[in-house]
Amino acid sequence: MRRLRFMIQKEMLSLLKDPRLRFIIVMGALIQGFLFGYAANYNLERVPYAILDLSHSQSSTELLKHINHTSIFTPKAVMHNVNELNDLINSETVILGIVIPEDFENKLTAGGVASVQVIIDGRNASTAGMAAGYVNQIINSWHLEKSKLQLPVTVESRTWYNPNQISRWNFIPSLIGMIPFVQIMILSGMSIAKEREQGTFDQLLVTPLSQIEILIGKAIPPMIVGLIQSAILFCICWLWFDIPFAGSFGTILLVLIVFALSATGIGLIISSIANNMQQVLVYILVTLLPLVLLSGIATPINNMPEILQIVTTASPLRYAVDSIRRIYLEGATFTEISGNMIPMLIVASITLPIAAWLFRNKAQ
Amino acid sequence: MMNTSKDSLAGFLMRLRALLRKEFSQLIRDNSSLLMGIVLPLILIFIMGYGMSLDVKHVPIAVVLEDVSPTAVQVTKFTQGSTYFSPRYVYDMRDAEQLMKTHDVSAILRVPSNFSSKLANKEAQIQLITNGSDAMTAKSVQMYVESSVLSWAVLQGVQTNGFGQVQVVSRLWFNDANTSTWFFVPGILMLVLTIVGVFLTSVVMAREWERGTFESLFVTPVHIGEIILSKMIPYFTVAFIGLLLCLLAGRLLYDLPIRGSFTILILVSWLYLNVALGLGLLISAITKNQFLSCQVSIFVSFLPSVMLSGFIFDLNSVPMVVNIVGHLFPTTYYLQVLKSLLLVGDYWPLILKNSLILVGYIVLFFSITLLLTRKKVE
Repeated sequence: MRRLRFMIQKEMLSLLKDPRLRFIIVMGALIQGFLFGYAANYNLERVPYAILDLSHSQSSTELLKHINHTSIFTPKAVMHNVNELNDLINSETVILGIVIPEDFENKLTAGGVASVQVIIDGRNASTAGMAAGYVNQIINSWHLEKSKLQLPVTVESRTWYNPNQISRWNFIPSLIGMIPFVQIMILSGMSIAKEREQGTFDQLLVTPLSQIEILIGKAIPPMIVGLIQSAILFCICWLWFDIPFAGSFGTILLVLIVFALSATGIGLIISSIANNMQQVLVYILVTLLPLVLLSGIATPINNMPEILQIVTTASPLRYAVDSIRRIYLEGATFTEISGNMIPMLIVASITLPIAAWLFRNKAQ
Repeated sequence: MMNTSKDSLAGFLMRLRALLRKEFSQLIRDNSSLLMGIVLPLILIFIMGYGMSLDVKHVPIAVVLEDVSPTAVQVTKFTQGSTYFSPRYVYDMRDAEQLMKTHDVSAILRVPSNFSSKLANKEAQIQLITNGSDAMTAKSVQMYVESSVLSWAVLQGVQTNGFGQVQVVSRLWFNDANTSTWFFVPGILMLVLTIVGVFLTSVVMAREWERGTFESLFVTPVHIGEIILSKMIPYFTVAFIGLLLCLLAGRLLYDLPIRGSFTILILVSWLYLNVALGLGLLISAITKNQFLSCQVSIFVSFLPSVMLSGFIFDLNSVPMVVNIVGHLFPTTYYLQVLKSLLLVGDYWPLILKNSLILVGYIVLFFSITLLLTRKKVE
């Protein structure tokens, strides 16, 4: 026990002795939390658009006024012919063009079908899709108002857990898992490789410390750093972005500990396989990038093809993010997310023993 | 020490060739670099191209028919036979709510028992509940359901009171297939160049600093620029192979077009790669430590290029301050011009402007690096 304490102490010291690193660990979490918290937004905030009104009629003026009235649509240009749109969209001045044809009012008053053309910059698929949906909605609502039609049926919509459908509310809580994940992978990944490169790892192996003790000593410090970052991000999420926390602290902490354990396991395996730090970096990136991008943080798991959904079951980050979101937003209890703990525990219980075995048995 | 008479072109080329041979054999012996240059781009383009999708498909939805009349069944018909929903019929609202809590469904569509009777008075309501734990899917489901019910209602013979209909004809430019794949693939190209350029360079150079081999190289007749050049060219080659592989894979797997000129695409990528290498050099010259280099690289290159460059999140939708921060990183400019070259074509004002900005970054990064390195030698 005493040996273990010294081992952990030594590891913590060697990790935290560099002030630049201490700075990066705390500031990294803070800066990323704020910056990414604000950056992560799928909701439309600004839709700069251009108008071409060939009809010059009362109806078209009214329709355009109606569109203008919404806060996100901002008119940037009034065109005189369709060709002008090329330049406006190419230069990203506008992302949307609305063309009202000459016969717009005539067709409307004659009871025919008047068309409105909407041209959208498809480079950003999600923005394009949503902008198209909005324009449709606005034009439909104008038409209903104008024609004084009474629809026989209406849809009453409600959204649970996130009534205003703010995408930040999904994204920011998942940072509590993602940012520490990156940090833990780097710290644990570098820890053994660094000692191997400097030749001090062999010295560690000849001390009376057992493999288990070395393993624990190497695993604890990255986990602690990861949990500190999680706590910082949790506070940003809760206090700064005011996202209501519906769950219990105990449950979320438990999930984070199990998650940190599995992340450390992956990092330590990488560290024991690699010959030097450059290789660690390569291996970390090769595992980290797919894990982060397919964790469901940026795009929902449900949208992936079946085969990739199966692949993601190997990723502890996927289960951590899902659990954190459900605990944070939905107030899920431990029993409700216990199914998510099993894959993470499996990853931890496979990776950690293999890492310990590799300490001594890796051919140099 | 550095400006000996040997510093002619022939001498330069000879020394460079010798150094390059050393670096290339080092690179090839360490298979991890090839893993990064060839395997990583392929993994990224394959997994991400197929996996990262914002196109909502097969949303599990619970359809609660409290009214089982043919009309009620008809109004929910749109959930069937489309790739958008996988409907699941339940007859009790409590069952549906339970399914929603366990995430077995992402939305509930409820037709109340009084639906048919209220329909005659034009007061019928359909209830939609979505799960805000995935706000984007919730929003998209809501739009889809509302417009489907609306078009059903219009078909129900709303008597035309003389006023015509409005039809919205949407056209999407540059994205013929209307999927998010073409939106993500250019970002993957950018990530490959960034990772190889910034990460590998910064760690490799930091290792030289850490081991002190720089100092020993300084006393040889080799010029500092030659050392840096010889370190960079191998990684340059690796990154470019990665880029070409990605373009090829994008073409074969996703029909990604190259609407602009290929030469300009390569030239701009070459510029950006220089920026990335410059940034890597700068990081290593500041930290002189592999571990820190790795940390700093993640913060100034990997995370911003994923989060702040417009790769995933539209810079139009972020607050002004974040928009400005995003524009401090060279990645943003490269991605913008890359997307435009692939999907739009040669749009000269953008190409010229962004290329100039990239050149500015190259000058900035390299001059600071040289300044820092020179100081060290004195």
